[in-house]
Amino acid sequence: MTSTGDGHAQPAGIYGPVEDWANDIDHVDPAYNRRAPEIWAELRAAGCPVAHTDRYGGMWAPLTHELVREVAYDTERFTSRAVVVSTSTILAEAPIGGAPPITSDPPFHQLARRLLLPPFAPKQIEPWEAEVRVLCRQLLDAIGEVVPGETVIDAAVQYAQDIPVVVIARMLGFPLEDSELFRGFVHDALESVNVEPAVREAGFQRLDAYIDGQIADHVTTPRDDLTSYLLDVELDGQKLSPEHVRGSVVLLLIAGIDTTWSAIGSSLWHLAHHPEDRRRLVAEPELMPTAIEEFLRAYAPVTMARLVTKDHDFHGCSMKTDDWVLLPFPAANRDPELFDRADEVVIDRAENRHAAFGLGIHRCLGSNLARLELRVAVEEFLARFPEFELADPDAVVWSTGQIRGPRRLPVRIG
Amino acid sequence: MIVRLDSEKCQGHNRCYALAPELFDVDDLGQALVIGDGSVPLDLEDKARLAEANCPEFAITIDDAAG
Repeated sequence: MTSTGDGHAQPAGIYGPVEDWANDIDHVDPAYNRRAPEIWAELRAAGCPVAHTDRYGGMWAPLTHELVREVAYDTERFTSRAVVVSTSTILAEAPIGGAPPITSDPPFHQLARRLLLPPFAPKQIEPWEAEVRVLCRQLLDAIGEVVPGETVIDAAVQYAQDIPVVVIARMLGFPLEDSELFRGFVHDALESVNVEPAVREAGFQRLDAYIDGQIADHVTTPRDDLTSYLLDVELDGQKLSPEHVRGSVVLLLIAGIDTTWSAIGSSLWHLAHHPEDRRRLVAEPELMPTAIEEFLRAYAPVTMARLVTKDHDFHGCSMKTDDWVLLPFPAANRDPELFDRADEVVIDRAENRHAAFGLGIHRCLGSNLARLELRVAVEEFLARFPEFELADPDAVVWSTGQIRGPRRLPVRIG
Repeated sequence: MIVRLDSEKCQGHNRCYALAPELFDVDDLGQALVIGDGSVPLDLEDKARLAEANCPEFAITIDDAAG
C-alpha cells in the first residue's frame, strides 16, 4: 500500500509511470495533474492533438478545444454510460446508468436532467450565498490565532475541502458529521481508478450501502431536502425507480465535492504565488467576477470521459468500440486557437468562453452552486488573509485522476 | 443592434444572465431567455458583446445592422 496525497491509503497501481505522453498518456500518473498545462503545451508543440494509450483497454485524449467540443456534442459515437476511466468494466444498465443524468444518453438523459435542473437553477442557488459565507467564516475562525509571517495553514485541508462537503450534505439532508466519510467515497470513485477492479467495486459497494441507509431514513422521515425531493418526484406519472434515486443521490454527493474543493484550492494556490494578482484583487474587488472565470478557465478541475460506441475514424485516430475518450476541458481551456495568452492567468480577461463546466447536454448541473462557493470562498479568504504565500512550493500535493486540484496546500500567512 | 439566442445550443451556463441581466433572463430550468425582442439600447451594446463573447456554447449572436 502507498499513501496518496489526500491521505487515503491506496494499493499500488496496475500501471506504472508514463514515459511518453503522446503515445502512452495516463492522467492517473501523479505527474499529470502536477504539471498538466506543461504536458498539453508539449503535446501541442509536438503536433499531437490527440494523445493515446493502451492502458485501461485503450484510451484517447483530444487536447484542442475544437476536438473536445466535437466529442462532447457527439452523443451517437460517444456514450456517457461511464464517465470515469478505470480498470473496472462493470456498467450499470442503460439508459439510466449508474448516476443519472451524468451517465445517461439521449433521449432518457433529458428527462432525468429536467428533474434536477430546477433546484440548481440560478434563482434557487442565489439564496445560499449567506449560508456559504457564514460557513467560510466559521472555517477561518476555526484556524485560530495566526502570527503574521510565521503561521502556516493548509488552505486545502483546513478550508477548501470542507466548503462543498457541508453545502451538499445540507442540500441532501445527510449528517454533516459524515463529511470525512464523503471524502472517502469521493476518493474511491474518482481517485482510486488505477487499481484492481475488485478494489474499485468494493468501494462502490460501500458507497451504495451508505446511500441506501440514508434513503431508507428519508423514506421513513421525509423532509425538505433533495433526497426527499427525488423520492417524491414523478417522471411520466411514476415515482423514480430505487436505482434512479440512488444513482442521482450518488451523483449529487460525489460530483460536487472535490470538484469545487479543487477549484477553490487551485485559485488560492495561484493567489499564493502571484502576489501581483492577489494585491490587485484586494484593491479592486470589482474584478472578482472576471478573476473567478479566469481561475475556472486556467485551473478547470474536471476532465470527463466517454466510451466509444462503434469503430470509427476520428481525425485519423482509429477508435474502437469501448475505447475510452477523455474530455479534458482543462486542456481545451488553454488552447491558443481559442484564447489569447492561453497559458497566462489574466484576472481581468473580458472575453472568456471557457468550458470548465463542460460543453453540450451534460453541462455541469451544479455550475451555479460551484461558482457561488468558489467566489465566496475566495472573497472570504482574501478578506481574512490579504497576504499569504506558499510555505513550500514542493509541499503542495496535487490530486490524481480526472479531478485536478491541490490536496495539500501549505501557505504562510503574511 | 439585436441580440439573438439559439435555445437549442443554450445549455444553461448562465454567463449571459450574469453579464447582461438587462438583456437576458433565465427560466426555472436555468435556460437563458432574451428579454423582449432582443433590441439592445446603445448603452448596453458593450454588455451584449460581452454576453456573446462569453457563451461557451456559441449560442448568442449579435446583428449589428438590425434594430
